Amino acid sequence: MNLLIQNARVIDPSRDFDAKADVLIENGVIAEVGKKLRAIGDVIDANGLVVVPGFIDLHTHLREPGQEHKETIATGTRAAVAGGYTAVCAMANTIPPNDERAVTEMIIAEAARNGACRVYPIGAVSRGLKGEELAEIADLRAAGCVAISDDGKPVANAQLMRRALEYAAMLRIPVVAHEEDPNLSEDGVMHEGFHSTLLGMVGIPATSEETMVARDVLLAQKTHSHLHVAHLSTAGAVEAVRRARRAGVNVTCEVTPHHVALTDETLQSFSTNLKMNPPLRSQEHRDAVIEAIADGTIDAIATDHAPHHFDEKNIEFDLAPFGVIGLETAFSVCYDRLVRRRVIDLPRLIELMSSGPARAFNLPGGTLRPGSPADVTLLNLDERFQVTNTFQSKASNSPFIGETLQGRVVATIVGGVLQYDLREPAPLPASRPRKKKR
Amino acid sequence: MRTQTSALRSKDLLGIEPLTPEEITLILDTAEGFKEVSERPVKKVPALRGQLVINLFMEASTRTRVSFEIAEKRLSADTLNFTASGSSVEKGETLIDTAENLMAMAPDMIVIRHKYPGAPKMLADRLPASIINAGDGAHEHPTQALLDAFTIRERLGRLHGVNVSIIGDIAHSRVVRSNIHLLTKMKANVTVAGPPTLIPVEIEKLGVRVLHSIDEAIDGADVIMMLRIQLERQGKLRFPSLREYYNTFGLTPQRLRRAKEGVIVMHPGPMNRGVEIASDVADGPWSVILDQVTNGVAVRMAVLYLLGGAHRE
Repeated sequence: MNLLIQNARVIDPSRDFDAKADVLIENGVIAEVGKKLRAIGDVIDANGLVVVPGFIDLHTHLREPGQEHKETIATGTRAAVAGGYTAVCAMANTIPPNDERAVTEMIIAEAARNGACRVYPIGAVSRGLKGEELAEIADLRAAGCVAISDDGKPVANAQLMRRALEYAAMLRIPVVAHEEDPNLSEDGVMHEGFHSTLLGMVGIPATSEETMVARDVLLAQKTHSHLHVAHLSTAGAVEAVRRARRAGVNVTCEVTPHHVALTDETLQSFSTNLKMNPPLRSQEHRDAVIEAIADGTIDAIATDHAPHHFDEKNIEFDLAPFGVIGLETAFSVCYDRLVRRRVIDLPRLIELMSSGPARAFNLPGGTLRPGSPADVTLLNLDERFQVTNTFQSKASNSPFIGETLQGRVVATIVGGVLQYDLREPAPLPASRPRKKKR
Repeated sequence: MRTQTSALRSKDLLGIEPLTPEEITLILDTAEGFKEVSERPVKKVPALRGQLVINLFMEASTRTRVSFEIAEKRLSADTLNFTASGSSVEKGETLIDTAENLMAMAPDMIVIRHKYPGAPKMLADRLPASIINAGDGAHEHPTQALLDAFTIRERLGRLHGVNVSIIGDIAHSRVVRSNIHLLTKMKANVTVAGPPTLIPVEIEKLGVRVLHSIDEAIDGADVIMMLRIQLERQGKLRFPSLREYYNTFGLTPQRLRRAKEGVIVMHPGPMNRGVEIASDVADGPWSVILDQVTNGVAVRMAVLYLLGGAHRE
């Protein structure tokens, strides 16, 4: 099956490519990128659109197995393609957690059956995410895990973190660290600062994240291993990563769209859709994170897509679970806050969402190089739309509901198959995902 | 009673922060009239006749609930008390379901006390009834600040320029936050004092002076407001012992001797005698602690009247 995408602005940061061109897809693979290519199958007229490598999310909670009332692999990957993602990395904190091969295999099998995009499982660092003993990491790796993480919880025990880094280095996979000191965070529910004082809520200090980043970059340095800092959110954490990089430590990091877009000031509404961990920080931390995006310290935008059921969030702020969804709004939010406001240019944003994450986890994709899998996303930079509470995700716990954004994902192709298409009058019905071709 | 020329803008009283100085003055002036009602042989006016007020207390409270209930009865409202224990809450019902069930019985006002910040706002955003915040976590306790201001005004004749020192557990206190909002809006000078472990970060941005010495806080103060130390916090990470707390931050007659002539001592209650305040001070001539309790009824009558009676006329 062949597909020609014509007359688009093609941006491929992996090859520093940004020009008007056609993209030819043959048998699920990019065959050619160039001028005036000849059609031998279906044609998409992409005049006025931007064609980019499919986005890769390093940080997605698909909730299956165990919490299918929040999200499933089927609905989570439909949300992903609606956001231009052609691959997502599924975090290990499912029920049971992805701490053994059987769970990894179940996730991969279900993704092959009902997934709309590629799913790369992330295995647990510790058995049961308990932070006590190592999970069978080599077995997890052999089953298809691309990284290990106890995300949702920090690895509080420094010795366990050190051993995990050493072991993961042998397997050439990164340890993805949720950086938080549980003692410093205590019962915190929001960023500790002026607004937590004003609202009378228990704060999570920036130092909770910063002390752990400082610890883990040292451990990564000593063990010559690859540390990936998840959802970095503070000025001190940015500085620690920057310094470690300069010292030659193999450290990569990601930032979420909500930490780019929002601050703790918004919590005056007490909306539980503004409750996540790490929490929305103050303006100075947000500025530092944005500066790190501009200067190249940040490797990837990652959503930390964390779906929760409506009922779970429709309670008192203190009692509501941490987490917000993000797959479907990530590009539009980042385009609005970073490109339209001239922090970075569009190719750099595409890099942060495609080739950057691919490089960080050593994943295939993130490129339009001929011979690569045909994972392609089409963008309309002129389209304005309002975020409503209707999502492809099962959940609707988004902090961006009601915002009007410009720049939208209009079609997503995974392995040469059109998995999401907004160009037609009606989008693909949510209940009928197209079968993925392998 | 004075005729009111003004009214509150909101249907709810969620905190002092959203109020204007004019609204605060309106409530305090209205309360003066109601204080007189409480001094009559027949302590009742028909202002809220036929209105239903539900007191939804999701956290233990005696003084505030009793004060509201007396205020409601003196305004002739029908009242109903709903407490967390022995209710559907213990069966796992959510706050919103509880509130919507109560709303189905058409109350005009709901007075809510809750353990967590923002709970009154949750109800206010969803229900047509007027919501009165009777304390939400460490966030706000607006009627407490109003009765404190009423008492200061009664004793000192003004709020403008008055030096108020609030001493104790600033971090966990909703009384402090409401008082800071109110007193700074009314141009009083506010100092907060306590060990650094009990002072929340960046509180100085609310326009207050922060001290770590009780003697410095007493110096020059017209009003000393002592806060309750929650006994369960001793020996954890906030301060080592009640003994040491009393020695460093307890208000004693010796310390008070260095205070300004005419200083008044307040406490929102319940007091821990010998922890934050010596009995000789609590029961001494400086103390206006029981006036606060008396004034609480008048201030709550004013709030209920302005949100219920006046709003609906």
